[in-house]
Amino acid sequence: MGIHLKQKVRGGPTKTVQAKTAFARTNDSYRPASPGSWWTAALAAVLVFGILAVSGPAAASVAAAAQEEALGLKLAKQAVRADKHWTTVDHSKLDVLNQNFTSGDQITQACLSCHTDAAMQFEETIHWTWEVPSEKPGIMNGKAGHAVNNFCISGNAMEDKSCLSCHAGWDGTDGLVNCLACHGEEKFPFKETFADLAAFEGDDDPDILQIVEELQSGIRTAVKNVTLPGRNNCGECHFKGGGGDGVKHGDLDTSMTNPNRMLDVHMAVDGPDFSCTRCHTTVKHHIAGRLYTRPAAAERKSLIEDDMASKITCESCHSATPHKASTKMNDHTDKVSCQSCHIPEFARVNPTMMWWDWTTAGKMKDGKPYEEKGEFGKPVYKSIKGDFIWAKNVTPEYFWYNGSFDNIGIKDEIDPQQVVEVSHPLGSPDDPDARIHPFKIHRGKQPYDKINKQLVAPLLSGAKGFWTTFDMDEAITIGNQTLDVPYSGEFDYVETTYAFPITHMVAPAENALACTACHIRENSRLAGITGVYMPGRDRFDLLDTFGMFAVLGALAGVMLHGLGRFFTRNGREE
Amino acid sequence: MADTKLVKVYLYTRFERLWHWFQALMIIILMITGFEVHGLYSLMGFEAAVEVHNFVGLFWLGSFAFFAFWLVITGEWKQYIPTTKKLFAVARYYAWGIFHGQDHPVQKSPGAKHNPLQRLAYLGISAMLLPVQMATGLLYYLYNSLGDVSLAPIAVIHTLAAYLLVNFLIIHVYMTTTGHSLFSHIKGMITGWEEIYDTTKIEDWETKATKKA
Repeated sequence: MGIHLKQKVRGGPTKTVQAKTAFARTNDSYRPASPGSWWTAALAAVLVFGILAVSGPAAASVAAAAQEEALGLKLAKQAVRADKHWTTVDHSKLDVLNQNFTSGDQITQACLSCHTDAAMQFEETIHWTWEVPSEKPGIMNGKAGHAVNNFCISGNAMEDKSCLSCHAGWDGTDGLVNCLACHGEEKFPFKETFADLAAFEGDDDPDILQIVEELQSGIRTAVKNVTLPGRNNCGECHFKGGGGDGVKHGDLDTSMTNPNRMLDVHMAVDGPDFSCTRCHTTVKHHIAGRLYTRPAAAERKSLIEDDMASKITCESCHSATPHKASTKMNDHTDKVSCQSCHIPEFARVNPTMMWWDWTTAGKMKDGKPYEEKGEFGKPVYKSIKGDFIWAKNVTPEYFWYNGSFDNIGIKDEIDPQQVVEVSHPLGSPDDPDARIHPFKIHRGKQPYDKINKQLVAPLLSGAKGFWTTFDMDEAITIGNQTLDVPYSGEFDYVETTYAFPITHMVAPAENALACTACHIRENSRLAGITGVYMPGRDRFDLLDTFGMFAVLGALAGVMLHGLGRFFTRNGREE
Repeated sequence: MADTKLVKVYLYTRFERLWHWFQALMIIILMITGFEVHGLYSLMGFEAAVEVHNFVGLFWLGSFAFFAFWLVITGEWKQYIPTTKKLFAVARYYAWGIFHGQDHPVQKSPGAKHNPLQRLAYLGISAMLLPVQMATGLLYYLYNSLGDVSLAPIAVIHTLAAYLLVNFLIIHVYMTTTGHSLFSHIKGMITGWEEIYDTTKIEDWETKATKKA
């Protein structure tokens, strides 16, 4: 059986021939009468499809951006909508605050006359004790415990009095809690003023009495000016930890007292103007956010799931899928912390210390300790402390992090052949709670006991401290005694690292990292991260070598074949 | 070549041509964006490459389902039934005969658009390589909602298949130049009309499977 198949014979008239197949479905009614007009139509259709295919995602995302606000932004706006704090107490009208105070403890007594349990609550917190039990028996973490760092090394069980300038009491660890350290809006020199008052005690010179009245009035004003803690209150210690502005954290320094939006979108004075406690929510004076061996938040919960949850995580307000629906970024939140992309650099305004080398401490100029300033106007050498390196706009280092740290305390054995990780994030790719997270790694060299293979805790301040005697051996001997840890008498220096999670200085969304900060072969920010396959960063060399052979082999093959045909003229003799 | 008169025969329907070029376009876009995502070069930017790749990939997957449906309904799938008959003759032709002025041992016809070598190659591509590529692509796309699955093996297979597809593309494009003129095959795939020799014999075995009773 046959079917008529229209064929055009080149150079001849159109004729109908018998096709040998029954399969051809060719049919004059749907087949083009002329071949030429249809292929242009087909090509046009292909083009249209092509343009659609390429422009589709772009058009779709533009359209989506026009209508849709990212879920994380929407939820966060709801969470902070009623931000106005109000109170029924005007502290300036309270009689108990309108007295003449002669000591800090009197002020605290006045506070406690209404806030009966406040001091009791506060004295249980790590802000007061500077101690927290560790997972290891007999070991206390915290500045007053067995923890050490690679800055001023140890608090020497509160014996290093220079540390106590940050302790929230009127007189170090003695006496009552200083409520105004955190709740006083005004930074007032109470200690000096009370000393002056004590000196003028009993003097009835009218000028002196005038001065006394002015001092008393100043105290009263400061006392009545109570408030919830502001960034300046927390910053007084947390911006200046380690002995100066920006020494420790990298994402906390005095630039955060009044940051602009570029520095921190949350605390920005030209933005939502969050205080620290907006996220570090507080229960009975226990402030959320402490990180040691346990994470700041046990569970990742948004306020929708639990409106009493602490707001310490990004997820609390922004949810686990904060980006616009069906964007790839939302797929990252199970492995990458928000901070990794949204804090591209830290120390963006003020410099932060990156290196502290104790080995050079103790040098003298003309028999006296001295100080050298370097870049940023920051000290690069201090006789009492050694060499420093400062940096600005620092790229974080990234590690798997489940919210906990592994700490080397003064009682832990170290391997002096290695760089000792005094504080290092814990977490692994297999840990469902772990995320890739940015850190400031502060490096340095600090003394250790050569025989006992332990870090040591030299006493720094005071008459017998290193800063007075410049005798490290003696400072270690006395310092270790404060912690009841034996010292062999032989010390050397070992290089150490100390990790700070980077979580403040959240940049505006438009400054968040691009994909290729990490998804790139060379210089990926996550070059050191194992346990995940990252497109763009990773490959299997063998596969790519094979692929190159397959592609170049095919190219070479067809070129040779083509050349063969060219030179043999397809074997035809013209 | 007793009779070298050329005849034009309508070989590829509108839908087939449209599908062919549409798929070609998608594969080329996927290739360009895919290898950028793989990190071989930087062209439109990683993020844009990922978005275009995902979109086109999903679009291809969806439209391939229509194509497969069309293949089944029309019976055109039979064009891909492999055969060893004349397979080696065709292979020998491309390795030897083509340089020596010999005729192609199998000519195209509406009932047998593909020679035995093409059938084998296209079957491999359509039934093996493309489905593997689409399946691994879909897994790659859905990886985050798959639970405890490692991305590495998915990526490896997807990349391997991509290299093989590039290899195919190069050879495929080159083979279009082996018609009676350099562009006759391409012209055929654009217009649907392919020039073949008038005297070509289409033997029964070639169309046996597709022949209607």
